[in-house]
Amino acid sequence: MIKLEKRPQPSQAWTYLTPLLAVVLTMVVGGALFAWLGKDPLVAIKTIFWEPLFSEFAFYYRPQLLVKGAPLVLIAIGLSLGFRAGIWNIGAEGQYIMGAIVGAGVGLAFYPMEAFYIFPLMVIAGAFGGWIWAMIPAFLKVRFGTNEILVSLMLVYVAEQLLASMSLGLLRNPEGMGFPGSRNLRDYASAHNAELITGTGMHWGVVAALIAVIFAYVLLNRHMLGFHIRLTGEAPRAAKFAGVNPSRLILICLGTSGALAGVAGLFEVSGPAGQVSIDFNVGYGFTAIIVAFLGRLHPVGILLAGALMALTYIGGEIAQSKLGLPAAAIQLFQGMLLFFLLTVDVLTNFRIRLAKREVA
Amino acid sequence: MTGTLLTLNGLTKAYPGVVANNNVSFEIGEGEVHALLGENGAGKSTLVKMIYGLVKPDSGQMTMRGQDYAPVKPSAARQAGVAMVFQHFSLFDALNVAENIALGMENPPKMGDLASRIKEVSETYGLPLDPYRTVGDLSAGERQRVEIIRCLLQDPKLLIMDEPTSVLTPQEVDILFETLRKLSAEGTAILYISHKLEEIRALCDNATILRLGEVVGDCVPRDTTARDMAEMMVGSKLHVPERAGGDIGPVLLELNDLTVASPAEFGTALKGISMQVRSGEILGIGGVAGNGQDELLGALSGELPTSPGTIVLEGQEVGNLGPVARRKLGLLTAPEERLGHAAAPDMSLIENAVLTGSVREGLENKGFLKWGKARSFAETIIEKFDVRTPGPGNAARSLSGGNLQKFVIGREVLQRPDVLVVNQPTWGVDAAAAADIRQSLLDLAAAGAAVICISQDLDELMEISDHFAALNEGRLSDIRPAKGLTVDEIGLMMGGAHGMEVAHV
Repeated sequence: MIKLEKRPQPSQAWTYLTPLLAVVLTMVVGGALFAWLGKDPLVAIKTIFWEPLFSEFAFYYRPQLLVKGAPLVLIAIGLSLGFRAGIWNIGAEGQYIMGAIVGAGVGLAFYPMEAFYIFPLMVIAGAFGGWIWAMIPAFLKVRFGTNEILVSLMLVYVAEQLLASMSLGLLRNPEGMGFPGSRNLRDYASAHNAELITGTGMHWGVVAALIAVIFAYVLLNRHMLGFHIRLTGEAPRAAKFAGVNPSRLILICLGTSGALAGVAGLFEVSGPAGQVSIDFNVGYGFTAIIVAFLGRLHPVGILLAGALMALTYIGGEIAQSKLGLPAAAIQLFQGMLLFFLLTVDVLTNFRIRLAKREVA
Repeated sequence: MTGTLLTLNGLTKAYPGVVANNNVSFEIGEGEVHALLGENGAGKSTLVKMIYGLVKPDSGQMTMRGQDYAPVKPSAARQAGVAMVFQHFSLFDALNVAENIALGMENPPKMGDLASRIKEVSETYGLPLDPYRTVGDLSAGERQRVEIIRCLLQDPKLLIMDEPTSVLTPQEVDILFETLRKLSAEGTAILYISHKLEEIRALCDNATILRLGEVVGDCVPRDTTARDMAEMMVGSKLHVPERAGGDIGPVLLELNDLTVASPAEFGTALKGISMQVRSGEILGIGGVAGNGQDELLGALSGELPTSPGTIVLEGQEVGNLGPVARRKLGLLTAPEERLGHAAAPDMSLIENAVLTGSVREGLENKGFLKWGKARSFAETIIEKFDVRTPGPGNAARSLSGGNLQKFVIGREVLQRPDVLVVNQPTWGVDAAAAADIRQSLLDLAAAGAAVICISQDLDELMEISDHFAALNEGRLSDIRPAKGLTVDEIGLMMGGAHGMEVAHV
């Protein structure tokens, strides 16, 4: 009989090993899935993990890693603060959209004026858009005790409708021949989040993501607020005894994650995406949840997990075009990663014992 | 009352660090109402769990009507005719009475048949109950009826009742006793667990008294005074405190008509508590669990803020301040629940030192934590309070209860509080560690602090307190000098007797 035995304290080794084990398990089961779909599993796995980095077209894919990874890391860092404290913001996708709409809106309001302060203003507006969208579930939770998971998730769909409305109405390009979508910010120098070094994919969003990682690391390890966040997640009663104000923490955590998601949206809309359009969002806000957990809610872990996730995104796209794998199979593959991580996570706190059957 | 129903012979059960039951033997006759009497922690619950098949004894045997009786699980005990009404009910609020009862049955009959059975049984035993009412709408007394009827439907030979009157009004107690007497007259034996002496005298035929896991006596309650039973229960040699009530200084903490609603659904609200504690003094607060102890600690720690003037610390109104501000001013507390309240289980001892020590020990600077200083604070606690652990980096949950308790108390004592409030400082702690903890409280008071010790251990309170008071249903009794208090008087202060109800309005 297999028995789970609680460890006296969480195993350090397994904390680091479980993400790797989850990746391996995902490769094995994902490979089986691909085989079932009639593709060579080894080729599929190699396409996803190897091609973006080392194939002959890698010069094109590598910058994409930064472009895809930056928003994931930025959003996941914000989410991880709340997740650590047991505050579940599931609606980063909506906050990401709102950041893009508000930030792009501010930029477009200045069109065609050129000034150095336009882009910084857009960043602030983007953060504000995400922040205010996250403050809705935060305020409702503090004031009325609503469930932030449901409220934040539902607001994603509201944000999507708003996005459609904006690209068809208020923000539509007046010179766009009636096509939906705003002016392209790439054609507007003051509002363009351009590559900092040509050909690298390095843009301000990448810089912001790295700063967020460092900021979160210092916060969680060196600052009282970070200590209170961790304490609230581990033992809410002890946190209250230590003097933590739960409402304040909810506002801070949801606000921060909203602002970071909003900034991520702004960097995306003003750079890689270029315009506010109906299909602007591609699920970064949801994938970031996987990234946050895959990175063990640890800032450095999230950085690595974001890179890995970006890799599966790009590799997945290559696999779609080269091998004809359905997009759903790639999404399933990413979902599996979280599933296996949560499954093997049990080993951090428990050890498996093969016990003799107990005599009744 | 002919013949013996259940015989316990030498039952022993040890848990790591504590012997819950040591060689317990007694007999329950057919149709007898047998009281099991003892303080909290005397081993009553463990004993009953062994009879009900929830816990397996380490050694000893039980026989039921001469047959070996060793239930491996509660359903086996029920099969053998043993039923139990727990102190905490296990009912689903959203379901009705009949549905709740059906859920607990192995082969529930049709709902209509069950409902009429419930009606029949409830009327026979004077426990009127509508089987179709939703449990969520019932009072605590009515919920208990559901539990009792659930048991009676099994036709038990032995009915175990764990502190049944703790949730009842006096009128409900009378009705319950009528029912129990009727059951007894029809031949059902009842094992009645309580520490309320007058109830036992009114109801029970025989009593077995447990103390620290051992049988210390038995008696016929009707022929024994409450005082004699109390002495057996708490031990006759209640300590006269060795400290002379000497250098007691100015008032450090004052409570003025403190009234606080409980945050918990079934918690006890504090009602009009007033008291003063002086420098150099230890005030012991006794009382049965659940009479407002947790709420009093919460109100003093700042977790349950009240209006400013109800709590006055050295002349300053602090009732509306949170825990951090109160710590800054010198009011420190140590809650009863070690894991999850006083300490975070998965965090290291260093982090747990920061939990309450950050302000007074200067472990933070403009919000940034000084881990080096926190580590040396944790190391100081470990060294001065003899906490057995490989090092301060270990998680709190890896420590034994006694060691973690020493850490928690040490953490507060070493912050040089002006006023320290502790709740159950030695609960579940081995004797040596308990002695250390008490000594540290005495030393703290001798150095000029005011100490409030909330505890259910009367020996402990008599050993260290200068003054003694008791909490009863959220009210505090008169505060009296601990010296010279008799067991009798303490028992009366802890409640139960009706004369006292008038005294502390």
